[in-house]
Amino acid sequence: MAQADITQSGDGDTRLDKLTTADGTPLKASIRRAMRRNKLIAFGLAAPLLFFIFFSFLMPIFDMASRSVENHQIPEALPRTVAALETWDGESVPGEAAFEALALDIQEGQRSRTIGQAATRLNYQDAGMRSLIMGTARRSDQLEPPYKEALIEINDDWGDLDVWRLIERESGYYTTSYYLNAIDLTYSDTGEIVAQPEYRQIYVMLFIRTLWMSALITGLALLLGFPVAHLLATLPARHANLLMILVLLPFWTSLLVRTTTWIVVLQTEGVLNDMMVWLGILSDEGRLQMIYNQTGTIVAMTQILLPFMILPLYSVMKGISPSYMRAAKSLGARPPVAFWRVYVPQTIPGMGAGGILVFILAIGYYITPALVGGQSGQLISNYIAYHMQQSLNWGLAAAIGTILLFGVLLLYAGYNRIVGIDNMKLG
Amino acid sequence: MAKFAPYVGRLERTWHYTYLTICGLVFLYLILPIIMIVPLSFNAEPYFTFTEGMLDLDPEAYSTRWYQDFFTSESWLHSIKNSFLIAIAATFIATALGTLAALGLSRPHMPAREAIMSILISPMIVPLIISGAAMFFFYSQINLAQTHLGVILAHAALGTPFVVITVTATLVGFDRSLIRAANNLGANERIVFFRIILPLIAPGVISGALFAFITSFDEVVIVLFLAGYEQRTIPLEMWSGIREQISPTILAVATMLVTLSVILLATLEILRRRSEAQRGMAPS
Repeated sequence: MAQADITQSGDGDTRLDKLTTADGTPLKASIRRAMRRNKLIAFGLAAPLLFFIFFSFLMPIFDMASRSVENHQIPEALPRTVAALETWDGESVPGEAAFEALALDIQEGQRSRTIGQAATRLNYQDAGMRSLIMGTARRSDQLEPPYKEALIEINDDWGDLDVWRLIERESGYYTTSYYLNAIDLTYSDTGEIVAQPEYRQIYVMLFIRTLWMSALITGLALLLGFPVAHLLATLPARHANLLMILVLLPFWTSLLVRTTTWIVVLQTEGVLNDMMVWLGILSDEGRLQMIYNQTGTIVAMTQILLPFMILPLYSVMKGISPSYMRAAKSLGARPPVAFWRVYVPQTIPGMGAGGILVFILAIGYYITPALVGGQSGQLISNYIAYHMQQSLNWGLAAAIGTILLFGVLLLYAGYNRIVGIDNMKLG
Repeated sequence: MAKFAPYVGRLERTWHYTYLTICGLVFLYLILPIIMIVPLSFNAEPYFTFTEGMLDLDPEAYSTRWYQDFFTSESWLHSIKNSFLIAIAATFIATALGTLAALGLSRPHMPAREAIMSILISPMIVPLIISGAAMFFFYSQINLAQTHLGVILAHAALGTPFVVITVTATLVGFDRSLIRAANNLGANERIVFFRIILPLIAPGVISGALFAFITSFDEVVIVLFLAGYEQRTIPLEMWSGIREQISPTILAVATMLVTLSVILLATLEILRRRSEAQRGMAPS
């Protein structure tokens, strides 16, 4: 180990080359070895956590992303059919060979109980497919050659060209159909990409609503947070610390507690309505519906996210010297002008940091909209949860999730550029 | 109230009071809902609003029945036990791994620091609904869904960024010559860590641990996807309580959780002051 301390010698490399450590190795090589050792130690310290995050967090995320394009159900449950359709021209209903393959696949799928998955999978694309396949599967033991007539006799839909085109289209191990669904597109019967029928177009609207509501919540948080952060930054420390508790306590209070409190305050039999009735502002019948709609989501989420706006704004404002404002005023600027042209521009980094932070948090919010949002206050994450838990269309949930993830990562890259993760402050 | 210089005009004074009023209203918006549930949790009636008796401060209108309800309910006690078990285990993992990683990240020769930091912070950036869905898929395949271990690992992953950030922040002001001095005096790496580094970064480690603890203790989305009946935690119990039938017991729980956050907040404040005093900064 080279313990030699190199002081900056003005003569440069020539002299350094000749220096050796006590055991005779050149100093440069020795330093290089020490550096490599230092790097290894540093990386070695971070390695356990890297490994842990990789296993417990990143692999699940990759797994989800791959699920959004994965399509193993059809090729696994209908292998013969998929093979038979490989040479099919797609112009007319296929011949006996394909029907035979399908009949055998369905018979086997019925025995091994794997046909249901394929039926469900095809049903995402066309809402008659599940009953068509499962109905056929239940009667599959009666199937005998010629299979074409036998299958069409069970259900004439098997004679429908579009059914075969659908099977062929979804026969690969990968599919884009979940992503298309997630942006309200679908394949037409002839295989072109077209808009979903109007009654099924909800996701684009939901993405837009999520963006719009997040922007509104961010704007409201900025509007309410700015004066408070300014007050905290300009008051003498003794008072500011006291008031800071009023910001930090909600920040530290359980999210569910805060959502519950908004239900208590805003519901029709709740505190706010009661108070207004008592004050005579409202009649008992005229109680306001302030919750289980968009208003509920906006009011509750703004309060929940407000500390995330105030804290970065405060730390930026704290660093703005009051002498700039005094200088502006002494040069003749009226207070509003001095504030707008001298103070506000200096707070832009704080507004950017707080704004992006609140926006990122808002577009991924799930709990609060689910509890106080009703129908109109639901955000895109509520539909991810819906497809995870109720409709069980996991591919679609994964596709929507992956799109949302990319949006958040883009925003985060912006945040990182403005603030830098190293400068993130907590509490 | 503010003292104005004699030359300050009436308009400016009026504006100043308007500004203070606005700030006051925002503070009320932030804090009032949280304060309000405290007296409501002592409501003798099963309502979510102040009864006339409460407003008249009639002792009859107040009762601790919802607290009794909590402490005699098997499912609430089961969930409180789970919450503490999961949060403590997750905090332990997150703090140990996070502190090590922060030490590595703060060493002068850390390779690819930015990239590694981004990966380590990622559990904090990704929306919970995505983490929850992803973990559900993955943990189900490896039989970790609906197990305590699965929930603990998931919560530990969520908690590590907080430990990494707070400990890294503490290490920014760390004087590395102390390590050299200790080495010079014959201390090996282990002694240096336990006798020099750890005591000095303790405030950062403890506040990181508190963040990790509260993250797990308050987390509901992941639990919603990953937990079975056996792993039900307090937030999950509250979640289903709010969705199905709201019983005022939830207000008692909420009040206790507010108390918990007051305690945490106070602890953090004490730690912050200690850390600043240690680094020779003037207390702000």
